[in-house]
Amino acid sequence: MCVALPGKVIQVMSKDRKAKVDFNGNTVDARTGFVEIKPGDYVLVHAGCILQKMTKDEAEEMTELFTTLEGMG
Amino acid sequence: MDLEKIKEELKNYDGQDVQIMEVCGSHTGAIAKNGIPGLLSNHIHLLSGPGCPVCVTPSSYVDKLLDLAMDPKNCIVTFGDLIRVPGSTKRTLSTARGEGARVEMVYSPMDTIELARKDPDTTYIFAAVGFETTTPVYALLVDEIIRQDIRNIKLLTAIKTMPEVIRYLMESGAPIDGFLAPGHVSVVTGVHVYEPIARDFHIPFGVAGFQGEELLVAIYGIVKARGCGKVMNFYPSVVKEDGNPAARVMIDKYFEKYDAAWRGMGIVPGSGKILRPEYQYLDAGSFGLDQDHKANPACSCDRVLMGKIRPYDCPLFGKVCTPLNPQGACMVSTEGSCFSYFSNHRHDR
Amino acid sequence: MEDDKILMVHGSGGSATGELIDTIFDKEFSNKTLDQMEDSAVVPGSGRIAMTTDSFVVTPAEFRGGDIGRLCVCGTVNDLLMRGAVPKYLTCGFILEEGLSIDLLKRVVHSMAETAREAGVEIVAGDTKVVNGHGELYINTAGVGFVPDGLEISADKAEVGDQILVSGTMGDHHAAILSERMEIETDIQSDNAPLVDMVSRLIGAGLHIHTLRDITRGGLGTVLKELSESAKKTFVIEDDLIPVTDKVRDFCGLLGLDPVYMGNEGKLVCILPKEESDKALEIIRHSRYGEKACRIGEVTADSDGRLFARTRIGGERELDVLQGEGLPRIC
Repeated sequence: MCVALPGKVIQVMSKDRKAKVDFNGNTVDARTGFVEIKPGDYVLVHAGCILQKMTKDEAEEMTELFTTLEGMG
Repeated sequence: MDLEKIKEELKNYDGQDVQIMEVCGSHTGAIAKNGIPGLLSNHIHLLSGPGCPVCVTPSSYVDKLLDLAMDPKNCIVTFGDLIRVPGSTKRTLSTARGEGARVEMVYSPMDTIELARKDPDTTYIFAAVGFETTTPVYALLVDEIIRQDIRNIKLLTAIKTMPEVIRYLMESGAPIDGFLAPGHVSVVTGVHVYEPIARDFHIPFGVAGFQGEELLVAIYGIVKARGCGKVMNFYPSVVKEDGNPAARVMIDKYFEKYDAAWRGMGIVPGSGKILRPEYQYLDAGSFGLDQDHKANPACSCDRVLMGKIRPYDCPLFGKVCTPLNPQGACMVSTEGSCFSYFSNHRHDR
Repeated sequence: MEDDKILMVHGSGGSATGELIDTIFDKEFSNKTLDQMEDSAVVPGSGRIAMTTDSFVVTPAEFRGGDIGRLCVCGTVNDLLMRGAVPKYLTCGFILEEGLSIDLLKRVVHSMAETAREAGVEIVAGDTKVVNGHGELYINTAGVGFVPDGLEISADKAEVGDQILVSGTMGDHHAAILSERMEIETDIQSDNAPLVDMVSRLIGAGLHIHTLRDITRGGLGTVLKELSESAKKTFVIEDDLIPVTDKVRDFCGLLGLDPVYMGNEGKLVCILPKEESDKALEIIRHSRYGEKACRIGEVTADSDGRLFARTRIGGERELDVLQGEGLPRIC
């Protein structure tokens, strides 16, 4: 239902309540306000709005999940 | 544990049958795109639930939108999803455009502000359809409208919330042993919202991402936890335990609970959001759009959405009902279960 | 200075039309045949004639990496090439809406002329009409080429065991056009290009090419599904092998679109016997616009025409032609 993609914050424009977020060469002026962000952060953007900061990348996440599942085996 | 091991166990699983429902259209799409059904044992069944906001929006909402579209003072602003969806007749925003209506398709609801600034004589009406993921963006739009004192933007809302409809499905006896919980909804809501339902019905929830691996891991977790009322977070990179509280505060500032109507299910108490009384002046007429008109009496979208049948079990599926000639909303929207099953020739078992 | 606009009088057939033709069209397209200004063009040629027609209505008329003028030549020339024809002549009919910027028209016509030179074709006949509207322009073209004797390239010829090649990355044109209409900043360029060099090298090498197809509207998925039906074969491709730039992939991701169903205007699919596929790939990669060519799958069995993709995690899905309009979705 909800298309959202991780991108990298390249510039925070506090006055406009926006941040430039890069997605492999595509840039969106995304709205901020729901999480503290700074340039370099990876964030999840939905419909032009930053919904969350990413705390780990996908590879780290998978490693962690495999460990969790070990316990369920 | 690694992916190969998980794949092997999922393929060879021969325990009790497990029916897992996904309630997110992007999950439905990702399951088909990754070819997941073919990687599962015959004892693991996937069901597509009410996860496409366009599919669950009653026809009277689209009718209202079309009425507003035909007023030359208005311009409808929408995501692409809604453009082809018919109301109670065959008319859609696309056909209305052919009759002279103005319809703008945008990437973000916030783009409406620029449109409205450029043309102050037109009232821009955003078709605010969606679940918890998109609601914060609507709240931000309202916040900006008020902050900048913009007079020519209104919202026609059909905003819905997941936990209430999931509970409703379980109370109506849907044959479900576990839920793939919607990843991006959970980014906002957090994982605790599913806990009461998990407990009451002894079913596991696995919050899942959208990559093939993430889906397999979550399905594996749900199968393993069959019969346990617990919530597992398999998408921790963006889904925090408590979701995004700031986004929820913003939602609650402008919206309140509403008894929303779901296509094929009728009114589900407390399963929607509507603008609070003090912000009603920004509403384009969202109250009471509850009627749902079936274009074809044999259409089984309601039973598909409730997990009672799979799309290909509907007598119309692929015969009179195709993406070119959809009889129900599940075949109209590219996120709809019927559309996804049809365009991927998906016929699990 | 205010930009001059097309007016209804430019379509009158009188002096204003004459001036438009002289100062814009003939200036750019000038060649011996066109310059005669006869009611029809008489040109040399013999043998098997390939003919095609196409209409171009893209908005905006100018986009990153191209414009409607380059696009209409590429589209027509590529259609001829896909049957093994050597493209020779084009005609073009312009439908101009009142209010069209004359500067824009000049740029489009210039771009058309340049692309025709690149593709080695002559524009030998043309027509212009002016209609009421909002300043848009539309171009209809016809193309003529000649097919060397003995060459039989067609959609129904794929055989079991054949390899499926594509000449480059998917979705660039469609993404470039869409980005002009959405609030997403990007420098994705349209891939509109005439594939004359590529196809003439492939044919010149004497390879036994079964099928060539221009991957345009509907994208790779639609084209391959249609080809599988024409050939009555099953095609199997691998998701991992389909070339898509990261930029286009993320652009599609933002809008909920699938690059496999995004159109191109300068990419082809080539189906040929396995033993010649490495050589063909080498040739395509060394020809103009073909550096990123890849093998993406093969023809596996007789059937009524089915297309499967092996997925990254080892699954399999069946693909159909594009359903719906491929509109961006978000929620």
